[in-house]
Amino acid sequence: MNKPLIIALSKGRILDDTLPLLAAADIHPLEDLKKSRKLIFDTNHDHIKLIVIRATDVPTYVEYGAADMGISGKDVLMEHGAREMVEVLDLKIACCRLMTAKVKGVPRTTGRLKVASKFVNIARQYYYEQGQQVDIIKLYGGMELAPILGLAHEIVDIVDTGNTLKANGMIPDQLIADISSRLVVSRSAMKQKLSTIQPIIDRFKAALAHNN
Amino acid sequence: MTQVERWLLPDGIEEILPPEAANIEFLRRQVLDLLGTWGYNLVIPPMAEYLESLLTGVGHDVDLLTFKITDQLSGRMMGLSADNTQQVARMDVHSMHQENSARYCYSSPVLHTRPASIHASRSPIQVGAELYGIKSVAADIEIVSLMLEMLQNLGIEDLTLDLGHVAIYHNLTLSMDLPEAIDRQLYQLVRDRSMPDLEQFIALHASDYPDMQLVADLNQYCGSRAALRKAYTAYGHLGQTITGHLDRLNKIADAIETRYPNVTLNFDLAELKDYNYHTGLVFSAFTPRFGHAVAKGGRYDATGTVFGSSRPATGFSSDLKVLAKLVEKTAETPAIFAPFKGEPGLHETVTQLRQEQRRVVQAMMANETPEQLHCNQMLVHQDGHWVVKDI
Repeated sequence: MNKPLIIALSKGRILDDTLPLLAAADIHPLEDLKKSRKLIFDTNHDHIKLIVIRATDVPTYVEYGAADMGISGKDVLMEHGAREMVEVLDLKIACCRLMTAKVKGVPRTTGRLKVASKFVNIARQYYYEQGQQVDIIKLYGGMELAPILGLAHEIVDIVDTGNTLKANGMIPDQLIADISSRLVVSRSAMKQKLSTIQPIIDRFKAALAHNN
Repeated sequence: MTQVERWLLPDGIEEILPPEAANIEFLRRQVLDLLGTWGYNLVIPPMAEYLESLLTGVGHDVDLLTFKITDQLSGRMMGLSADNTQQVARMDVHSMHQENSARYCYSSPVLHTRPASIHASRSPIQVGAELYGIKSVAADIEIVSLMLEMLQNLGIEDLTLDLGHVAIYHNLTLSMDLPEAIDRQLYQLVRDRSMPDLEQFIALHASDYPDMQLVADLNQYCGSRAALRKAYTAYGHLGQTITGHLDRLNKIADAIETRYPNVTLNFDLAELKDYNYHTGLVFSAFTPRFGHAVAKGGRYDATGTVFGSSRPATGFSSDLKVLAKLVEKTAETPAIFAPFKGEPGLHETVTQLRQEQRRVVQAMMANETPEQLHCNQMLVHQDGHWVVKDI
């Protein structure tokens, strides 16, 4: 049981917002996470280590129990399914909205919709709940191109300022979910290491309360 | 189909080769022998049954895991066994006609349409034990003890036993008399364990159902015995039923703590996952060497109802393939090489050794060597006798 506690962090924009929160929770990496090419980092606590990985990989590491805790966007958790983990805190960072979007001024087509998204599971579930038959087209980026070039009628994507949509003649349509980053704990760690994990959760809670 | 594609197995379906197969078989015998010494009778549930008997009352999860096929003899739908528990319940009521307590154990391969978890095989070898006819806490203590005994017997150490009680959740929600849609959403949110989403949902319904907060609070009562004491304080005023459930958890914990002091206890009153046919105590065993529970079970007093008899029941199960990954590999059985053609008396010596349960591999060609046949000993003709020599 002397294995260190591993916290998986998402690379990119979430990491920028995560670092101040980690500092406020008194978890300080001993190296600059953004400059080093290492993947595992020691912290000021001997028993806590950080790993920095792609955002979409965080739930996988946590679900396997390879990482005990993780910080991941709600969009990624929803898409992944996030089984075998407990979502303990809304960290209220990297906030945005997951929305459907369509070309401005074009009426919705009747019949089967074609929807482009990288969130294929969320999109399928959302339209299913709306009773709408759709064909989902998996894309990895540049979603706005799909309706412009006739590949899809609508898209499902993250909307932050809405400027990219606007610049491409599109408008956000329906809100699917408000997105923010969440602190997740693997189910197995929750059962076996709660006495180590709970103080960390409490420090995050205190940091959040302080921020608000 | 290319030649390569022809021999590939479907995802999550694996063949087990030597020496792994021998290892799993060794574990199977070890586990079944242990269950036998506790008075559990071996049953072999059928590989397929009509869907009505296989799926009635088991909940959505097992339904999704079950392969369905058409019976060409009757035109009815059959399901391939995905969980032995329900089959044992049917056997208990209709095949065994038991009125007293009954103990069953099994070890059978089952097939899943999809892996039950990220670590799981689609073709686990489910091993488990079920105790029927006893409502008292003594049955729960026996089943939990048996599960721990099995794991410790196999050498799996550093165990954490997680204990929960799903009836606490159900009692709390029943008293609120929630509309079906809200009830279903609340169950899903608690089961998915997204606390921010649960808090949001409760805030939305707080004015109509103020007691819903008591359900969200279940998440607070996780951890050591202190968590259980806090739950007594929080739910004590709600009446005998819920304190009765907490008492039962306490009694089980007392007994397990005394019998298995090396096992760490953890309580989790919000645990609903994996247990959608359970009605009371739920438990699972964790080890730091594996990311998910290695064995789990609980009480399911209502399952027999659909077969015409409401028998109290409690049980546990595990996957032998998972256990095999965690258990120290047993040493390979030594094998004795018998030469292709030998002096008179070779056949008699080989027969004699085999009767003594020794493993003897007979060479089929003159140029075969002991190494090729994975033998570490060989028969040598010496002074008119065949003797076994180390290589």
